[in-house]
Amino acid sequence: MTLTPAELTSAVSGGIGTSPQRPDGNLKVRGEFAYASDLWHEDMIWGATLRSPHPYARITSVDITEALKVPGVYAVLTHSDVPGRNLYGLEHKDQPVLAVDVVRYQGEPIALVGADHPETALRAMKKIVVTYDVLDPVVDMETAVDDTPLHPGGNLVRHVPIRRGSQDVTADVVVTGRYEVGMQDQAFLGPESGLAVPAEDGSVDLYIATQWLHVDRDQIAAALGLPQEQVRLTLSGVGGAFGGREDLSMQVHACLLALYTGKPVKMVYNREESFYGHVHRHPAVLYYEHGADHTGKLVYVRTKMYLDGGAYASSTPAVVANAATLGVGPYEVDNVTVDAYGVYTNNPPCGAMRGFGAVQAGFAYESQMDKLAEALGMSPVDVRVRNAMTEGSVMPTGQVVDSAAPVAQLLKLVQDKPLPAGTSTDIRELPGGVSNTTHGEGVVRGVGYAVGIKNICFSEGYDDYSTARVRVSMVSGSLAAAVHTAACEVGQGLVTIMQQIVRTELGIERVTVLPMDTTIGNGGSTSASRQTYVTGGAVKAACAAVRSRLDGRTDIGDEVIDETVEWRHRATEALDPETGQGNAHVQYGFAAHRAVVDVDVELGLVRVVSLDCAQDVGRALNPQAVMGQIQGGSAQGLGLAVMEEIQTSGGKVRNPSFTDYLIPTVLDMPPMSIDVLELADPHAPYGIRGVGEPPTISSTPAIVAAIRAATGLALTRVPVRPEHLTGT
Amino acid sequence: MRVNVTVNGEQRQADDVWEGESLLFLLRERLGLPGSKNACEQGECGSCTVYMDNVPVCACLVAAGQAQDRDVRTVEGLADGDALDPVQEAFVEAGAVQCGFCTPGLVVAAHDLLDRVPSPSDPEIREALAGNLCRCTGYEKILDAVRLAASRR
Repeated sequence: MTLTPAELTSAVSGGIGTSPQRPDGNLKVRGEFAYASDLWHEDMIWGATLRSPHPYARITSVDITEALKVPGVYAVLTHSDVPGRNLYGLEHKDQPVLAVDVVRYQGEPIALVGADHPETALRAMKKIVVTYDVLDPVVDMETAVDDTPLHPGGNLVRHVPIRRGSQDVTADVVVTGRYEVGMQDQAFLGPESGLAVPAEDGSVDLYIATQWLHVDRDQIAAALGLPQEQVRLTLSGVGGAFGGREDLSMQVHACLLALYTGKPVKMVYNREESFYGHVHRHPAVLYYEHGADHTGKLVYVRTKMYLDGGAYASSTPAVVANAATLGVGPYEVDNVTVDAYGVYTNNPPCGAMRGFGAVQAGFAYESQMDKLAEALGMSPVDVRVRNAMTEGSVMPTGQVVDSAAPVAQLLKLVQDKPLPAGTSTDIRELPGGVSNTTHGEGVVRGVGYAVGIKNICFSEGYDDYSTARVRVSMVSGSLAAAVHTAACEVGQGLVTIMQQIVRTELGIERVTVLPMDTTIGNGGSTSASRQTYVTGGAVKAACAAVRSRLDGRTDIGDEVIDETVEWRHRATEALDPETGQGNAHVQYGFAAHRAVVDVDVELGLVRVVSLDCAQDVGRALNPQAVMGQIQGGSAQGLGLAVMEEIQTSGGKVRNPSFTDYLIPTVLDMPPMSIDVLELADPHAPYGIRGVGEPPTISSTPAIVAAIRAATGLALTRVPVRPEHLTGT
Repeated sequence: MRVNVTVNGEQRQADDVWEGESLLFLLRERLGLPGSKNACEQGECGSCTVYMDNVPVCACLVAAGQAQDRDVRTVEGLADGDALDPVQEAFVEAGAVQCGFCTPGLVVAAHDLLDRVPSPSDPEIREALAGNLCRCTGYEKILDAVRLAASRR
């Protein structure tokens, strides 16, 4: 049941396990919620970014003379105006704030303009003269390591090997495959934007849409050459993230312009610039060999996978580790050989996107499981259940899965759901829809299954923590609480979850969520499905500290109880660099999908008829939000299956717009029947298991399996395009 | 140039408008109404949907000058003071709002649908909202919200 705030009368209403309305919902439906691109400041000017048109070139000169003469222009800045370190990056500091003498991808920032109107800034930008010595780009991820080195250390960002069990065991039945995953974009709707406001003492305030305030701050301060306390960040409204805001975009640029001009500076990317302005999902090429005995039991899995990191490392090292450690999927396999490579090329930089390495591997290993089922004459579900991991199973890294792993149960749940009615006669429910491309002729139906595994929280020994402050005082005669963190609300509903936790822990109904900013300690990244786990854990712990001081009192007079707690999940370990062994992950999450598709084989059009899902969430703190994550995550997986790809040619992006980069509409997404299991993880706060990413992993391979079942085609690449189905 | 336009029932005026500016820019940057959103600015995502003379349009595709002497109603003009429009109320209750960036456009599009078709079928809802992209929800709860709003009108 959904409660409105006015109905929240008892002390425990709106606590965990219920679905109270989100505190920002009213403002959002009224159009009054302030996103980063909505910010305005008296006397503000607009920033714009000049970007490289070439994927790889030497810069031989940059002339800003004419740009500076444009009336209304306040500043034109290049790399020589970066006062601090002109290199940043999440894991390697390899990316220039502004290019110096080389550009390594199309869209790399070279110069900045600050002007009184966005159009003035664009006009001035066109007057900046850059001369290039254009070079041949490195674009093939499989050969990049032996190609022209793009960085001082060469083109290998990271190699993760895993060696478990016998490396030369043989099997009765062997299937091999080569799979490709295209470059997916997060396509969050709120473009990169922010407002930088300079202060008289040379410090700066930045109001920004991001996933991680503190790591932004640290990188900005280093680039500006300022102490961290002179760079203050406040989270503005964030229009979606999905990994694409974990790296810097316009943060340093806006601050630089603000400090140089002494004026507040607003920067807002348009959609085309957004495609150049953030990292994407790594495209991948994956080779797999699965060996099984005649009963379908896996004997070994061997894989070599390449992930294209593009021009700069971003989070490539961690993405490669995920692809490697999760590379055999949620299955028990005693003999595993994995070599995963992340490489530099001159393609667009790639980093975090929902699923983070597990998506690419998931498409490949699930395709292999279907191939194995076919070779064995087994059903796709049976071969998966035969090998399904359970609690106590051992990962290829040697790590024991020490909480629920209901892989077989999830598969059976989706298998047992009623199938949708046969192919419709309503054209709105056929491939092509109201384009009226078929009345059923040439349409075939298929059913496909997939299951996936995702690590939750940060891995490999990273000190992953969050900080929460809970303050309690009397307001109008009753206790009221405020909760303060730097953990970013990007749409997922962390603000609601924090209120629910405080209500449950303290029995206080009135809970205010204070603005998220850097005046409090690190909240960690809103990624890796970790915020409810880690920041939720921190808020719970802060409440416990407050509770002991409250000591059962319901009236504390003028007293203010204010507690700040830093909370960590249990520690993880680094992977052994030779064998890939180690307890690298905190928790594993699982989801399974069954997809039903209709395919018009003459036109190559696909309609996903149903996409049912079962997922274990440990405990649903907010059932409505859990469903929203599963539905939204499944939709992004559908996008990767049949439509979403940043297409590149010679390192250049061919489709940087929503006209040419398609994401699912309401016509593309079918109704979903969803089963949520709540098998508590004893190691996690309230037993929760991260929810956001698992559904994105299994949705894609389930849909492609269904298309294969319908058409009999091999389909080794996603997204599946019409020409793959028609052979034209 | 100067633009005179009625917005949410009020006569508004903006000066020094550049001829290339869109109605969306006019609303957001000159009239202090940032509720209509700037997700693609080329008519693909629907997040800037507003009524112009009671017809829903993408404000990004309308030149500011074309709004001269027209009647524009934005998402900010749907609620009656503190009382949300039933469509707005249903979006919050149904969990149709996550990041919310698509919400203003979807609320206007759904409002228009229910004005025209009080009890739409699911295929009708899907057709009506096909021009509005949402990246967070997978649309299920948006459909729930429209059904809920229809049941209450």
